[in-house]
Amino acid sequence: MSAGAPAVTGVRLEHVSKAFGALRVLDDVSVELPAGEATVVLGRSGTGKSVLLKHIVGLLHPDAGRVFLGDQDITALAPAALAVARRQIGFLFQNAALFDSITVAENVAFPLRRHTRLPEAEIRARVEEKLAAVGLADAVARMPAALSGGMRKRAGLARAMALEPSVLLVDEPSAGLDPVTSEEIDDLLVRVKRERGTTLVVVTHNIPSARRIGDTLLFLHEGRVLARGTAAELERSEHELVRQFMHSEAGG
Amino acid sequence: MAPLSSAGYAVAFAARAIREIFLPPYEIKETARQLYEVGWRSLPLIAVAGFAVGIVLSMHTRASLERFGAEALIPAALMLALVRETGPLVVGLLVAGRVGAGFGAELGAMKVTEQIDALEAVAVDSFKFLVVTRTLACMLAMPILTTVMNFTGIIGGWLAESAISGMSFEAYFRSAFSVVGFADYVPGTIKTMVFGYIIAITACYFGVHTRGGTQGVGYSATRSVVTASILLITANVVLVRLIFFLFPETTG
Repeated sequence: MSAGAPAVTGVRLEHVSKAFGALRVLDDVSVELPAGEATVVLGRSGTGKSVLLKHIVGLLHPDAGRVFLGDQDITALAPAALAVARRQIGFLFQNAALFDSITVAENVAFPLRRHTRLPEAEIRARVEEKLAAVGLADAVARMPAALSGGMRKRAGLARAMALEPSVLLVDEPSAGLDPVTSEEIDDLLVRVKRERGTTLVVVTHNIPSARRIGDTLLFLHEGRVLARGTAAELERSEHELVRQFMHSEAGG
Repeated sequence: MAPLSSAGYAVAFAARAIREIFLPPYEIKETARQLYEVGWRSLPLIAVAGFAVGIVLSMHTRASLERFGAEALIPAALMLALVRETGPLVVGLLVAGRVGAGFGAELGAMKVTEQIDALEAVAVDSFKFLVVTRTLACMLAMPILTTVMNFTGIIGGWLAESAISGMSFEAYFRSAFSVVGFADYVPGTIKTMVFGYIIAITACYFGVHTRGGTQGVGYSATRSVVTASILLITANVVLVRLIFFLFPETTG
């Protein structure tokens, strides 16, 4: 994929339900996450935001409903086909989930070594580029255990972007980051979206960050989409909880 | 999960590993890395243990055979005991301890920190990458480790014997190898491949099904060692019977 050809892969959830034991985490969720746009997923802790992301990459399988990546129903794919579909997706885990037996640079290079035939010099260049983009150019040779939480998060983002995916799923990019770095990461995500046409789905609790990144904001509550719209629309939402959420941290 | 369905699931897990050893893609690099971890890095332990076991076996053999005035048979009796049973079983239990705990804890930690999900998210078949490679490495390493133990065991046996009777190295070896044939060495050593399979599958199973943080990782390591050891000892009963059936000359 070259920088001149923006990817256009949207994501669509149709009537997705998921329960863990008696706990219904997603309850008949249908939502369109448009290609090339940034959707921010908001909601209180434990309302299924991460679960939603994991359905998109096929790490969780819905009890009912379907998940479309472009026009492909990924819930119907065999493991091998799912693996191919996953190459279009970058995923930043909430806790970064870096492979802790290899260095930061090797983490970022991992998807490239697995899925491309790029020569070693080019892999190294790509790794340096991605790590520089997240402000970790100095950390290439360090082990994940030697990084701070925020640095780990950024390294995880570099790994998620390594294959230049058409869909980038980001679980709490600002957690553990200082406000300045957090803003830099937001800017990076917006730039990636603008330059590459990457579809962004970002889970966050940080309202300023949600405003900076999100074309559309999605408010999850008790397994359902309670509100959907721009930041301005959500501030005027008919639901008190949504208004409260938007205002409570608005100055933060 | 009900005990029965969970046992069925474990059997399916074990069968899948065998099947997938033969199916591409072959994770050769990762298998080699595991072979190094399991095989090469167990060598000091196995060599020292073999040496000590050889000395002890020699003392016991002497004590027993002296009563019948059959001291001349000491090297042969020790060699038979070592090659047929003691070597394979001791190696099995030592590797169950060292490698079983290692796999159980390592995969358990990877599970609770979402590194296994992260592998899947970058489109890597985690079962193949983690379980199949470790299983194959264990199965390949065991016969080699057993041969090393047999060898250092014989050296230990000779040292103990020469300290008492002053028997020369050459005479001891000639006597030891006079009775032991291929039919003694091969089945007992091949048997350790089954031990390797049992150890790896058990530890990988507990590892990738770890729940509940640090404590869960500890449980997985402990369960891996305990379960692998007991499975190995009971499987040995069947295997010995099977070997006597398939190689009737070894009963003579």
